[in-house]
Amino acid sequence: MTTVLILTVLVLVGIAIWQMTKIFELSQLRADAINGLVASDEDNKNNGYLMFAFLIFIYGITIFSFAKYSKVLLPSAASAHGDNYDTLMWVSFAIIFFVQTITQALLHYFAYKYRGEKGKKALFFADNDKLEFIWTIIPVIVLAGLIIWGLYSWTNIMDINEEDDPIVIELYAQQFNWTARYAGDDNVLGDASVRLIDIDRANVLGIDEADPNGQDDIIVKELHLPVGRKVNFNMRSQDVLHSAYMPHFRAQMNCVPGMITQFSFTPIKTTEEMRQDPEVVEKVKRTNKIRAEWAAEGRPNSEPWEFDYVLLCNKICGKSHYNMQMKIIVESEEDYNKWLAEQKTFGESMSPAE
Amino acid sequence: MSAAHAVVDHGHDDHGHHHKETFITKYIFSQDHKMIAKQYLITGLIMGFIGIAMSILFRMQLAWPGESFPIFEAVLGKWAPDGVMDADIYLALVTIHGTIMVFFVLTAGLSGTFSNLLIPLQIGARDMASGFLNMVSYWLFFLSSVIMVCSLFVEAGPAAAGWTIYPPLSAIPMAQPGSGAGMTLWLVSMAIFIASSLLGSLNYVVTVINLRTKGMSMTRLPLTIWAFFVTAIIGIISFPVLLSAALLMVMDRSFGTSFFLSDIFIQGEVLHYQGGSPVLYEHLFWFLGHPEVYIVLLPALGITSEVMSTNARKPIFGYRAMVASILAIAFLSTIVWGHHMFISGMNPFLGSVFTFTTLLIAIPSAVKAFNYITTLWKGNLQMNPGMLFSIGLVSTFITGGLTGIILGDSTLDINVHDTYFVVAHFHLVMGISALYGLFAGVYHWFPKMFHGRMMNKNLGYVHFWITAVCAYGVFFPMHFVGMAGVPRRYYQNTAFPMFDELTNVQILMTVFAIIAALAQLIFIYNFISSIFYGRKGGLNPWKSNTLEWTTPMEHIHGNWPGEIPHVHRWAYDYSKTYENGEYIIAGQDFVPQTVPLQDNEEEMHH
Repeated sequence: MTTVLILTVLVLVGIAIWQMTKIFELSQLRADAINGLVASDEDNKNNGYLMFAFLIFIYGITIFSFAKYSKVLLPSAASAHGDNYDTLMWVSFAIIFFVQTITQALLHYFAYKYRGEKGKKALFFADNDKLEFIWTIIPVIVLAGLIIWGLYSWTNIMDINEEDDPIVIELYAQQFNWTARYAGDDNVLGDASVRLIDIDRANVLGIDEADPNGQDDIIVKELHLPVGRKVNFNMRSQDVLHSAYMPHFRAQMNCVPGMITQFSFTPIKTTEEMRQDPEVVEKVKRTNKIRAEWAAEGRPNSEPWEFDYVLLCNKICGKSHYNMQMKIIVESEEDYNKWLAEQKTFGESMSPAE
Repeated sequence: MSAAHAVVDHGHDDHGHHHKETFITKYIFSQDHKMIAKQYLITGLIMGFIGIAMSILFRMQLAWPGESFPIFEAVLGKWAPDGVMDADIYLALVTIHGTIMVFFVLTAGLSGTFSNLLIPLQIGARDMASGFLNMVSYWLFFLSSVIMVCSLFVEAGPAAAGWTIYPPLSAIPMAQPGSGAGMTLWLVSMAIFIASSLLGSLNYVVTVINLRTKGMSMTRLPLTIWAFFVTAIIGIISFPVLLSAALLMVMDRSFGTSFFLSDIFIQGEVLHYQGGSPVLYEHLFWFLGHPEVYIVLLPALGITSEVMSTNARKPIFGYRAMVASILAIAFLSTIVWGHHMFISGMNPFLGSVFTFTTLLIAIPSAVKAFNYITTLWKGNLQMNPGMLFSIGLVSTFITGGLTGIILGDSTLDINVHDTYFVVAHFHLVMGISALYGLFAGVYHWFPKMFHGRMMNKNLGYVHFWITAVCAYGVFFPMHFVGMAGVPRRYYQNTAFPMFDELTNVQILMTVFAIIAALAQLIFIYNFISSIFYGRKGGLNPWKSNTLEWTTPMEHIHGNWPGEIPHVHRWAYDYSKTYENGEYIIAGQDFVPQTVPLQDNEEEMHH
């Protein structure tokens, strides 16, 4: 595949150079003609046609991309607010493509239709208040609609409150990994500060040992969430900026050293359900086909893949930024409780040292 | 007004008798705006070569992750052991690519070149208000370019924290090797760059306000000048804020203050910083960073207005609306910076405010796009290379601008923030569009810069069409990569099997990028050979109305040999006719600004 592409490039470049030298020779031949310097009727005609061809190219690459790449897009949202997000996205896209199709058509069609000819007279048309009013007011109305819808959704998504009994979880970022801290039975996170980090005693998150709220906190390296229950994330970073990006849940928030940032969502599909989703099944099938080819070539990191939700770092954070991730597992309430019960609390993990 | 002396005799090779110009005062420490423009352009093009070459290197890494290329070893040396690119140098490449392209090519190379060249020529002035400050401005720019290039050779590597250099990553050498000496040089270079930009901008503003020739009222200014003028004002408002941010960063890095840093534990130790906030830095950075987008784009739009109108043989449609849009965009551009920070931890209410202001900016942008399209309608389009690039600019400006509706919406931004969707958006709307503006300007005003010599139009066509196809080929599919959730600034995407099936798209984009970069060699060849061997096409090859085409081909200090011409009309009387349908000047479809109003001619109040 790669070699084919490289060869194609080389061939294309070769053709380009050949054409260029040819054109250059041609241009040298007419070196005496003074009008060889500015566009002739011939040039206008050729480039006018090319403009029209370019319009077809733009439509073509649009259709090609949609036909070929729509399937690579994220599957439908796995969080409660994600539905509304996806709808707003598609409405915005519908508007964008409507406008794009029309304006590109006008632009390139005019470029083709009104290509210059000797003796042709252009229309002196400098102003038209009515036209300008129309194309000012239409964007105003459309954008007003989008703004209102967007702001309404934004306010809802960013309203982080304690209603509906949310689980409180801390996402803790450091170069180059994630840690999650569950608030435990009291659902209150113990105080923490990077100044309290004690590597020797394995207090890696700097939890205040004197704070009783912290004793039942649970520190894990894999994020488990019960389906259908709201989760409030408190995010911290211990070194540089990171960003907790959970694309399947349409969720993202930066982790900023020195402050606590928040995001909240309700997962609505378990990992199992997501693995059954036809879109995801197809994606996994395609991906594993590629990975099988890689395995055949003997490449590392090519074992078959099973779908999992994932938390990525999405703010440049240093050398291994590209590999800063944590697995997210959404499961039933029972499974979640069972898993949680198996984990050690902060108090338990600290006591042996004393 | 050091240059306000008229040169009466402009015989050919005898400048020396009048000015006693030496090689140094003519070509190096020149105070002549035309020479300074050329210096800006050539420095900008050299920086552009470096910036684009870097992009090809990291695009190759993205398409064929971890693969060994001899060219990596040749160019990157110790940072590509066995020809495999190192992760740190990948980040350094994207960082310096961004910095060079945004500041050194599209700010200085574009606005610096054409503001210098066109402001005095198009408003009818002998030179800039201060030729000396203008010279200082260029040499500070040159110095900052040299420092930026030198930073590439620092032992631990150049700055690598992204072109936005967010602290703490950029502030603490322990976080990243590039945050040591490399970042220091980056900051020094940018501080000098800002000084250069401010000197330039102040000069442009003063010149436009004070040195217009008789009759050149503000409403008769060509749109290029409006764009440069307003661009300079935004620069003066916003660049000093970046300087403050850079200085505070220097303090944090070297003098132990805590403006941007707090509560940091790194490599086994707690740092002393307490009480600062990286979010403050983000505010300061984007207070410049967003207007910067328009500092890059407005001159390109101004150039397009002029080139398109001239080649369409039609007045620009809606002159006053165009000026109003430029002003509206400039004003709004200073109050939208927060849309880069929706998920930075900033108060969500602020996010709402910035969503509102951001989407408002779509309105003047839409007006501009529609006005360009209407300018083409019923024109007599002369498809010169400059015209093609202008049409191309409108196309990419629309395609790239529309996706701004998604990114400017705080809700939708959540999931595409910092993904390739953003990269695709800003490359089309400001990167490619502004580059097209630069090319349009170079093809159009090349004769004005190089003594009447013109660039080869056929090579220009080849250059345009390859570039136009490849630009879409690179950045259109990139939107899909972003919507699939691929974050930007990833050295490779192999750590996530969910991105495996995007490898093909990456290869496609890289192939287009390589072809596009090679196509730029055609431009370089055309540019250099035309400087020496380009044929001369007469005083006014494009049959344009503006004042610069009334100056002699040979450059003289003071621009016009005799008196400065007076202006009697606006710049867009193309194909204007009497009521009986006859051209105002029989047999020619344009009426230069220097031609007085004729009898029975109606002056339009545009």
